[in-house]
Amino acid sequence: MYTQSLDTDPLANDPKEVSDKRELELKKRISEGYVVEPRDDMPERYRKTLIRQMSQHAHSEVVGMLPEGNWILRAPTLKRKSILLAKVQDEAGHGLYLYSATETLGVSRDALYEDLLQGRAKYSSIFNYPTLNWADVGVIGWLVDGAAIMNQIPLTQCSYGPYARAMVRICKEESFHQRQGFDLLNEMMQGTQKQKDMVQDAVDRWWWPALMMFGPEDSDSIHSEESKAWGIKKKTNDELRQTFIDVTVPQAETLGVTLPDPQLKWNETREHYDFGKIDWNEFWRVVSGSGPCNKDRIGVKKKAWEEGAWVREAAMAHAMKSKGR
Amino acid sequence: MTTITDTSKSSYLFSLTIRLADSALIASQRMSQWCGIAPTLEEDIALTNVALDLLGQARHLFSYAVDLDGCRKDEDQLAFLRDPHQYLNYTIAELPNGDFAQSCTKSFLFSTFSQCLWVSLLDGEDSTLRDIAAKSLKETDYHIEHFSRWFVRLGDGTDVSRQKILKSIDYLWPYTAEFFGNDRTLSNLEGLLHINTGKLQADWVNAIEDVFTEAGIDLPSDSDFMSTGKYGVHSEHLGHILAEMQYLQRSYPGGRW
Ligand SMILES: [Fe+2]
Ligand SMILES: [Fe+2]
Repeated sequence: MYTQSLDTDPLANDPKEVSDKRELELKKRISEGYVVEPRDDMPERYRKTLIRQMSQHAHSEVVGMLPEGNWILRAPTLKRKSILLAKVQDEAGHGLYLYSATETLGVSRDALYEDLLQGRAKYSSIFNYPTLNWADVGVIGWLVDGAAIMNQIPLTQCSYGPYARAMVRICKEESFHQRQGFDLLNEMMQGTQKQKDMVQDAVDRWWWPALMMFGPEDSDSIHSEESKAWGIKKKTNDELRQTFIDVTVPQAETLGVTLPDPQLKWNETREHYDFGKIDWNEFWRVVSGSGPCNKDRIGVKKKAWEEGAWVREAAMAHAMKSKGR
Repeated sequence: MTTITDTSKSSYLFSLTIRLADSALIASQRMSQWCGIAPTLEEDIALTNVALDLLGQARHLFSYAVDLDGCRKDEDQLAFLRDPHQYLNYTIAELPNGDFAQSCTKSFLFSTFSQCLWVSLLDGEDSTLRDIAAKSLKETDYHIEHFSRWFVRLGDGTDVSRQKILKSIDYLWPYTAEFFGNDRTLSNLEGLLHINTGKLQADWVNAIEDVFTEAGIDLPSDSDFMSTGKYGVHSEHLGHILAEMQYLQRSYPGGRW
């Protein structure tokens, strides 16, 4: 998982590094379907925008291992344990794949990771919510991987080759995760009343944060247009969010859960579901570090990285010694 | 599948199958604790792979145990509804991960032993165990490859890593005696499986010796400590592992998962 349009502009204060002319040329070629490859000469602004988006995406994959990882040891059956382990492993693979793709832009993975650990980099807001019962694992698969797919499928056509190719592979696995999540919930919904209550509780907590995964409304989106012109954003946040809601409401009905939005209603004229107001204050609070789990998530990753330092040093030392022998 | 008419023999076969299944499951549960916090992202993926392999082995073995037993409905009843004293894993599997050195040493010692066991089961007359052994062997070879490399890297790497490896050997070595100590289950199955613990031990020492040498570490001498997890008498750690692992099945009986 998961790209999210966070729309803070790291270039806002940068001096213009290349001429407008070069940027315009590339935008024109991209609009004609040109796919940019690492060897291509690219304007600094394009490169930096890609680095920001792709590294945020990579960070989201690796931080995203934690909320579900929280339930691996407690998974209720061996089959579910196996599915969950494999899923979390997939997310690590996505992270690795995306870090490698980002490295083609001339940044090192260690430097990017350091940005994450020092709180300088952002990642998807969704992973700053806690997983409180087993049904959360299913709801994350169903809604969070579901929203991720919605976000990412257009990116399989994005203008940067390595990113587009990474997305093709990743989307395949995300849709697998989504079906497994739905299946988990479907099973629980045929179980005891307590289990059904668990599912509803999880849906109540994850629905709105899942909608926030698509980023701010188009009217508040700082450089949505810019990203569109660069060919690294194909659809607007609001378009994607609406598609997600339209697809998800019938699935909720199939499951037999209630989505926690009294204003959710089919609109004949628009041929879309209307929905209630998203709490954007909460979104910005969580994105900027004050969500329920921000400190814990980064804290866990930081501790692991620090505790692993002697291991990485030993591996280096051994490699050097072996070379000398 | 070999038909066993002798009921006591059948119950020993069930015990052995459960012992192997429990050892794999508990080792997998321990390995899963690394998920998300390994020293590198690559290692995170590798350790999760090992956890998944072990879990797969446990599931094959549980499913055979269900066939042998007849009273248990499925693998999950065996995994989630037995108490600690009914678990028959080798004690080393339940020991805490400790630091990365301890986890690598533990997995290295245990996977080399598993390899010896799987190899000897290939010569037995139980065709189901033979099939499981053959499949597990391939995975186990990879685990040994992975952890023996770390064992050497850390043993040879820096002063810090070497000290940690030595410390981990000091802690873990005494638990390896249980692999070969007096074993009424295996001796009662001798006619069926032909496993000789003396030979098993010689094979195992042979398997680990070169790696110890490469890491520049002497094989420790034996202690007189003997752990007894394979008979259901465990360390304090297993109770905590099961409390966590079995929590949902125990708290919400009759559920569908
Ligand atoms: Fe992912
Ligand atoms: Fe996923």
